[in-house]
Amino acid sequence: MTLIELQRNLRTWLTTASHEPAEQLGAGAMAGLDVYQNNYRGQLVSCLEDAFPNVRKWTGDEIFHEAVIAHIDSHPPHAWTLDAYPAGFGETLATLFPNNPDLHELTWIELSLSQAFVAADAEPVNPDTLASVDWDTARLSLTPSLKSRVMTTNAQSIWSALWEQTPVPDGAMLDVPVGAIIWRRAFTSRLKQVDALELEALLQLERHGQFGTLCHWLVERLGDQDGLTAAANMLANWLGSGLITAVDAA
Amino acid sequence: MSSALSPFSGYGLGLRKEHYRDFLEANVPVDFVEVISENFMVEGGQPRHILRQIRERHPVALHGVSMSIGSADGLDPAYLRRLKSLVDEIEPVFVSDHLSWSRIDDFNSHDLLPVPYTQEALDIVCANIQQAQDMLGRPMLFENPSSYLVFNGASMSEWEFIAAMAKRTGCSLILDVNNVFVSASNHGFDAQAFLEGLPADRVRQIHLAGHSQGTELLIDTHDSPVCESVWDLYAKAISLLGPVATMIERDGDIPPLAQLLDELSIARRLGALNAAGPERMAS
Repeated sequence: MTLIELQRNLRTWLTTASHEPAEQLGAGAMAGLDVYQNNYRGQLVSCLEDAFPNVRKWTGDEIFHEAVIAHIDSHPPHAWTLDAYPAGFGETLATLFPNNPDLHELTWIELSLSQAFVAADAEPVNPDTLASVDWDTARLSLTPSLKSRVMTTNAQSIWSALWEQTPVPDGAMLDVPVGAIIWRRAFTSRLKQVDALELEALLQLERHGQFGTLCHWLVERLGDQDGLTAAANMLANWLGSGLITAVDAA
Repeated sequence: MSSALSPFSGYGLGLRKEHYRDFLEANVPVDFVEVISENFMVEGGQPRHILRQIRERHPVALHGVSMSIGSADGLDPAYLRRLKSLVDEIEPVFVSDHLSWSRIDDFNSHDLLPVPYTQEALDIVCANIQQAQDMLGRPMLFENPSSYLVFNGASMSEWEFIAAMAKRTGCSLILDVNNVFVSASNHGFDAQAFLEGLPADRVRQIHLAGHSQGTELLIDTHDSPVCESVWDLYAKAISLLGPVATMIERDGDIPPLAQLLDELSIARRLGALNAAGPERMAS
């Protein structure tokens, strides 16, 4: 057996527990193969437990571990880092529990907070340095740690209660969808609810970068006065929150 | 590639997050710390910031678990680039990984799987080591893993494989004394023969750790103190090797730092008693 055949055999053993590779390695190999399989699966279980402590609390241990086993059985790890493994767990939960958007959104929050924690560093712009900026043409860069999505449920309240160990509300649909943004400031990941307009404005800015274009878009939505006021307020909030990491002339 | 590592010995600990605060707030009496490379091969954020602060206080050894030096389909270039970025920034005293494999094709087991001790595997491992050392621009250290499996068709012992690997690639070695004990117990070989079979001049670092008794085999769990039998084997190793940078690894049931420092003092005492034994006896 060549080395690559042996390694593919062991991969098959780890991912399927098929006895065919075990038999090829000899009768005396079984105890050792069991150790490696236990290590492999145990490590992936621990990885998902560590990544989703609040999802686990929300679902309960039994449901969480059924989902973990289903995920491990259907998603062998590919990346060089185990830190990448939790990224696909949300899809497994969505497949297993298609009618639980609160769970999907809670999972997104927990994953995004941990991803923001180790996202690329970028210093926020100091607002005091912006006195001479031509805002019509300025291009804004958002922090690389920023993640955002539409929230249709009270998952943010659920997450906050789980995190703060206060009474957890039942899952519920929101009357009106809102936005959630997650980013890292200094060394702390942050979660904030924004209204749907601000979420869309951030997505516009991510796509186009130019503040003047964003102002036009807001003016079209809200009219001259309210649009420009909204743009100025959002800019001030984003600068104050450390979301803007560069303001460049076009 | 630069051809030699600087002389370095002393006593250190594997740094884990449970002890970050201790290391950042006080002058911990260790000669070096070792960290798991992959924990710091991230884009940014607090982990890398902490490592920079630690590096200002202590020499740092980078110890990897994911290079997969035994992969038959070669190394992952993206992994090597990230490791090089970390190495260039931290300027570690040692860069190491394991004589094992974890990845094949697009699958990564995230475990230290054993390589068969065959000529084909030796050729592949050596080619991979040379690629890694060329990329990093420095010699690496490779550690003997604990193993739970031996393969039919092996043409050499583990220590013969390691000696040939070191000779061909110029790499240095980590001797994990606990792993020797675990593998010797699991596979019935003579731990003393393992120690005597290593090229002593290539052993630059020693790992010590605890293990557990599994159903049939000893398991390298790193979740308990170093046992007496492993201390005895360490004393023998030091008497063969002379002073070698020695550290304790603990990855489970991590105790207060003071407890690990007490354990490290045992290594210091045994090291002082046994180091340079052969030369002293010869003279």
